[in-house]
Amino acid sequence: MNRWFPSPPLSIALLTVWLLLNQSLAPAHLLLGTFLAVVVPLLSRPLRPLAPVPFRKPVVMARLLASSLVEIVRSCFNVSRIILFTKPKGLNSQFIRVPLDLKNPHGLALLSCLINSTPGTVWVEILPGTHDLALHVFDLHDEQWWIDTIKTRYEQPLIEIFDY
Amino acid sequence: MNLGIDTVTPWVGLPVVMLLLLGSIIVLIGALGLVRLPNFYQRIHGPAITITLGAGCILIASMIFFTALQSRLVIHELLITAFVLLTAPVVAMLIMRAAVYRDLRAASRNHSPGSDEVYQFPREK
Amino acid sequence: MATLLSLAIGFTLLCIILAMLLCTIRLLLGPAAQDRVLALDTLWMCAMLLSLALGLRYGSLIYFEAAMLIALTGFVSTIALAKFLMRGEVVE
Repeated sequence: MNRWFPSPPLSIALLTVWLLLNQSLAPAHLLLGTFLAVVVPLLSRPLRPLAPVPFRKPVVMARLLASSLVEIVRSCFNVSRIILFTKPKGLNSQFIRVPLDLKNPHGLALLSCLINSTPGTVWVEILPGTHDLALHVFDLHDEQWWIDTIKTRYEQPLIEIFDY
Repeated sequence: MNLGIDTVTPWVGLPVVMLLLLGSIIVLIGALGLVRLPNFYQRIHGPAITITLGAGCILIASMIFFTALQSRLVIHELLITAFVLLTAPVVAMLIMRAAVYRDLRAASRNHSPGSDEVYQFPREK
Repeated sequence: MATLLSLAIGFTLLCIILAMLLCTIRLLLGPAAQDRVLALDTLWMCAMLLSLALGLRYGSLIYFEAAMLIALTGFVSTIALAKFLMRGEVVE
């Protein structure tokens, strides 16, 4: 199992992409898609520096993704309101510093994707030599609120999923 | 031109119209932010709404419309959605870091720290 | 329903083209290189959406392929430009 399917989610994703691209469920496409889904992960395994993580706690993951989707839509409307109605001089855009406890690189990658997808916040980098995240916030009201939100809403589920 | 458009029922047409209106207005606001905001670090937040909600609405509208038009499930727009959702954060982070490093280099060349455009790490409390 | 739908699609095309014009203004104004890269990236995204909206307008699925290609090449080119700004070379 492990030798022929290094990462089952990747295989399933490849098969789905192949079927969607061809827009058909014909047996020939299924066969070729399955062939690709087996061969491509095997050939690309040396390109992946870290071992794939086993897929754990789908419920926590689903809840995290759903809540960040809601957050994305909400902050989209916030940012549009600010762009339309706020004077640019009155904006308080700042870099803030968030101390992180999450260590797993996969978890950090997912965290950066979630934070960057949310309009209004952009991940800059993890400051070299520390374990702090530099984050740019579009309209900063309360620095401590942002730190608490990121730590409880995003980081806590990710620690549960990746750092066990 | 679009021959099948007459066959679309209101139950399908109304959500498509709403999504298209919302998506196009959001796209326009994002581009307006790109022009209107005064500072690069503020401008980078403008296109973020174009890419997430604007593109999302138009893609969902396209999915509903073609599913109704061709009377079969047309969901290959999901590919673009997934691709954009995966790549937009990477692009935003790389442009942000490029800007930060360029500003840091410019500041160390000019010996004028403390100006508004320059990346300043918040002090530890 | 058909008139309302074609009006909405026309409005979408108009908004996307206006957004592309605004991006072009920022692309020409600058002032720094990173502003231009950001404007180019947004312009590319708008081009992808324009191609999708044209697909809606003509009721054809061919435009999807164009949108897909624009999204793919846009990502690669923006990454290359951003890397170039960061380090001064693309391939290290």
